[in-house]
Amino acid sequence: MKILVAFIILWPLAGFLFNGLGRNYWSKKLIAYKATGYIVASFIASIFAFLYVQDNGAVTVHYFDFIHTDSIKIPFDFKVDALSSLFLLVITGVGSLIHLYSTAYMQEESAPHYARYFAYLNLFIFSMLLLVLGDNYIIMFMGWEGVGLCSYLLIGYWFSNGNYNYAAKKAFIMNRIGDLGFLLAIFWLIAKLGTVSYSEVLTAETVAKLSSADITGITLLLFVGAMGKSAQIPLFTWLPDAMAGPTPVSALIHAATMVTAGIYMITRSNILFTHSEITQNIVAIIGISTALLAATIAIKQNDIKKVLAYSTVSQLGYMFLGLGVGAYSGAVFHVITHAFFKALLFLGAGSVIHAMHHEQDIRKMGGLKSKLPITHITFLIGCIAISGVPPFSGFFSKDEILAAAFEKNKIYWVLGLVGAAMTAFYMFRLYATTFLGKFRGSNEQEAHLHESPLAMTLPLIVLAILSALGGAIGIPHIMGGHHWLTGQLSTIVSTPQVAHLAVSTEWILMGLSVAIAAIALLIALSRYSKQTDEEPSSAIGKFFYHKWYIDELYQKAIIEPLNKFALFLKEFIEKKVIDGAVNGSGKLVQFSARKVRLIQNGQAGYYILFMVVGIIILFLIWFNDITILRFIHTLTQK
Amino acid sequence: MPIEYYIFLCLMLFSIGVIGVLTRRNAIIVFMCIELMLNAVNLLLVAFSKMNYGAAKLISATTTAGIDAQIFVFFIMVVAAAEVSIGLAIIVMMYRNTHSIDINFLNRLKN
Repeated sequence: MKILVAFIILWPLAGFLFNGLGRNYWSKKLIAYKATGYIVASFIASIFAFLYVQDNGAVTVHYFDFIHTDSIKIPFDFKVDALSSLFLLVITGVGSLIHLYSTAYMQEESAPHYARYFAYLNLFIFSMLLLVLGDNYIIMFMGWEGVGLCSYLLIGYWFSNGNYNYAAKKAFIMNRIGDLGFLLAIFWLIAKLGTVSYSEVLTAETVAKLSSADITGITLLLFVGAMGKSAQIPLFTWLPDAMAGPTPVSALIHAATMVTAGIYMITRSNILFTHSEITQNIVAIIGISTALLAATIAIKQNDIKKVLAYSTVSQLGYMFLGLGVGAYSGAVFHVITHAFFKALLFLGAGSVIHAMHHEQDIRKMGGLKSKLPITHITFLIGCIAISGVPPFSGFFSKDEILAAAFEKNKIYWVLGLVGAAMTAFYMFRLYATTFLGKFRGSNEQEAHLHESPLAMTLPLIVLAILSALGGAIGIPHIMGGHHWLTGQLSTIVSTPQVAHLAVSTEWILMGLSVAIAAIALLIALSRYSKQTDEEPSSAIGKFFYHKWYIDELYQKAIIEPLNKFALFLKEFIEKKVIDGAVNGSGKLVQFSARKVRLIQNGQAGYYILFMVVGIIILFLIWFNDITILRFIHTLTQK
Repeated sequence: MPIEYYIFLCLMLFSIGVIGVLTRRNAIIVFMCIELMLNAVNLLLVAFSKMNYGAAKLISATTTAGIDAQIFVFFIMVVAAAEVSIGLAIIVMMYRNTHSIDINFLNRLKN
């Protein structure tokens, strides 16, 4: 098992080293085969690990001591249990498909850049595996930073474009803000418990040792970390900008895997979160607000990738809602189904962009249905899945979260339903504008329209099948299923929160959400199959179109004051105070030297005079005591 | 005679010497003023040694306290005489070179 787990994680690292070091030597074919092959190898190893866990239960493998001092010991351990083995499958499985897709999508790049791309992608998979496999928060944090780095590198992959570099920096900096919270939570744990291993921290006895203030503090800080990585309010604005990266990167990192790291982390620490009512409420409120905010923005966007990006933010909000209401397995379920259908949608969008020669504006598309048949069908399946139409996967996972929300607080459920309606609306707006109606691009583009090669359509087909059938892992009891996933996670999630609603209530809830989604879907279809959105004229439309002016708000409220403060430090503190002190002392010495040196005039008489004056002064200082005073007194007496 | 008289005399002699050195430009007068200071100190030494002897004699009739200072004064006078000869020789050489004994001409070593 030790070797098997090492294999899972070392294959991508080998791919990174191979492609990274040999980028100037290997041919593109070799690079593509190696990069994809390593991830597929890792996937196969993951399947074995998964099967092993199914038979034998969770295992912890120890490699070496990472940090070993008197007061703290941090072993380099990996934990393979139901949760991490599921994530392993998703990461390496979706990862292999996206690698395969990338081999064709990135074909235009020259060999060194092609190798650079795959090196980053492999390094990302490595970091992500480190994140989910680690048996303590420190290793998770190492992976956490690693994925952040790869995200930065891949967003800024086309580094000759300045805007892309800004987007990369924005992503990195926003992630850093979250990382700080995560790091502080780790320090807090070390200070209170002296350990960060899951097996020691996440037990009922350990939790009992912590005061409720500690638990709330730690969980809130962990959630700040999750906010940054999983793009929640207020740290979500980096994710839409991250679409500057190549489309498969958006699919892998910014939809399927990295952004779900926050959900993984919270699910992992669920025992802590369950003990803090405050944090749970905050998580749920932030989650549902993010879901609604991002959905409203997505309705008005015209860039195909931006719509999907906001949709991702919105779906992540649903997952956090699930976490907040205690439906941990529901959240993980949604992570998995979302990984399938959102990766599918992004890859489909990539296929469209590829066919349209890097055109991303959906107003210039339309009527692609007949030109890109496979992309069309798979994209449609993705849209149906995300909209929550049964029996596609998104329906089951979203419904589980909504049912749990209903049980906890009806308001969450109502808002969630509104969000679900908006999801169906913007997804079908996107679908209809892109694939239905007449082609609105240039003639030249129309002439070049083509279906993508097999390397791109194959992942689409596989993901479409998974999106359609992925719900099977969590069919609820009332439909005759036994919810395999909840059973899987029962050892990880302290109190498996299956909705305990009456059967009839549950059916009604499902029916309602499906009906609302279907209505929204049909409205979008009928409205956008013929026409596109003009520039929004109403105030609220403009508000959504400009993304709630949140970027502008951050610009005004945070960046500009910071810049002003920095300018003040530079112009005043640095130049006047610090430089003033340094230059001033120099000037003082020069000035006094210029004055004092005039005393040395070469006249012996002056020297003697100064000597006498000096001696008199010394006498006065040294003998300024009662002796000399008395002596002078006696002299004057006589 | 009380010791204060000696001290007062010496102080005046020394002050006259200092002021002379500071104010006069004639090298010979400056030189004489230096001698004046030297002798003021010498006189003070003699006076203190006499006082010391007087005080010790009240205790023991055969004391030799203060004798060493009296001898030491002679040494100082000898050394002063040697110093005077060198000083005068410098002044003579200076007069030969500059036809002046104004000490302000001595600043030629400047620059």
